[in-house]
Amino acid sequence: MKITRRQMIVLLPAAAVAWKYVLAGTPEASPNYKMTEHWWSMLIDIPKCIGCGNCVRACQTENDVPEGFFRTWVERYHRSDWLMTESGEVTANPLTVPEVISPDGGKEGFPVATDESGKYFFVPKLCNQCADSPCTQVCPVGATFISPDGAVLVDQTYCLGCAYCVQACPYGCRYIHPVKKVADKCTLCYHRITKGLTTACCEACPTGARQLVDLKDPKDPIHEFLKTHSVQVLKPQMATGAKVFYNDLDGSVR
Amino acid sequence: MSVFKDAPHLFRFAGVFVFAFLVFLVVRHYVVPKSFGQYGHYRGNAIGEIAAHPIKFAGHEACESCHTDVLDVKAKGKHANVNCEACHGALAKHADDPSSVTPVKPDTAVICARCHTTSAAKPKGFPQVVPEEHSTGLPCETCHKPHSPGMDAGGAK
Repeated sequence: MKITRRQMIVLLPAAAVAWKYVLAGTPEASPNYKMTEHWWSMLIDIPKCIGCGNCVRACQTENDVPEGFFRTWVERYHRSDWLMTESGEVTANPLTVPEVISPDGGKEGFPVATDESGKYFFVPKLCNQCADSPCTQVCPVGATFISPDGAVLVDQTYCLGCAYCVQACPYGCRYIHPVKKVADKCTLCYHRITKGLTTACCEACPTGARQLVDLKDPKDPIHEFLKTHSVQVLKPQMATGAKVFYNDLDGSVR
Repeated sequence: MSVFKDAPHLFRFAGVFVFAFLVFLVVRHYVVPKSFGQYGHYRGNAIGEIAAHPIKFAGHEACESCHTDVLDVKAKGKHANVNCEACHGALAKHADDPSSVTPVKPDTAVICARCHTTSAAKPKGFPQVVPEEHSTGLPCETCHKPHSPGMDAGGAK
């Protein structure tokens, strides 16, 4: 192939421009996305959850989560002594330990409950995307961090796999990836929310029990919801600044 | 200059320290990633790398941009707020290339039961059946339209 001087004059600056982008490293996936304009979180509406396990399956598909490990899972609670009279009065011993099951993380649903007594409810769990997360504080190499838009992420090329963060998380949301040997966890589908999509679990939830929320967006319905509902976070006494909000959470949930 | 009379060995020692510090700075320059510390005590480029992970679920907006006919049926029924991929599975590949990647039709005998099987644990208002008694193993679509399943609302076949 022969290149004339004229072609060379055009090609060289083009190559120089292209080289700049090659050197720039990772491709910017969503150029219109500004991290400073978001503060991501999630709302779990317990009364809406039917325990179908769609979220668990969707998460494993979307994020290639290895078999037997979970970025999100669903637990079924049963408080057998819980009783509500016709006048709406509730009697239950607060010291009774509830029965909690989560067969294979609730991935294939739950066994049919035949015992009508007491109170059942499902609690979907995931990384609480804590604002003061203990897991990022213990990392010795700076491989896990809270992104400027509020997602707790793991830099898997930098992680050593020491598992300090796995021990530090009070919610048990982290694990060491069996193949990559580095820490892995829910990213709040960071690759989706930065493209304007919702998370895989929210997309797959048939009842709307999970909702992605952006606390920095003044139009987000979460602000109204937090004012009008009894909303809690898990383990508030740990002062982790957990941002996954649970509506109508039973006091027995740990 | 009697103060510095016996100092040369100290200067040599200080020189070693300065040299070691310079070596440290050079090594540090090559070892620490360029974007480390851009936003905090971590590699700033990691955020972009995590965001570049490919998506598997296309999102209901992508489905609805083509399948407007299904959207119209769904909007009137009980499944109006159920996203397409909740039942049909992750279909970003189909959304990217609709002609060559065609989704498999879900088996309604299996997929409906995942949500609608009777269990005391489910919220009382949620429609539930015992599949063995209700349909004796027949696919639900024999009687119900999956996109608008209510029998009273014209969902019956």
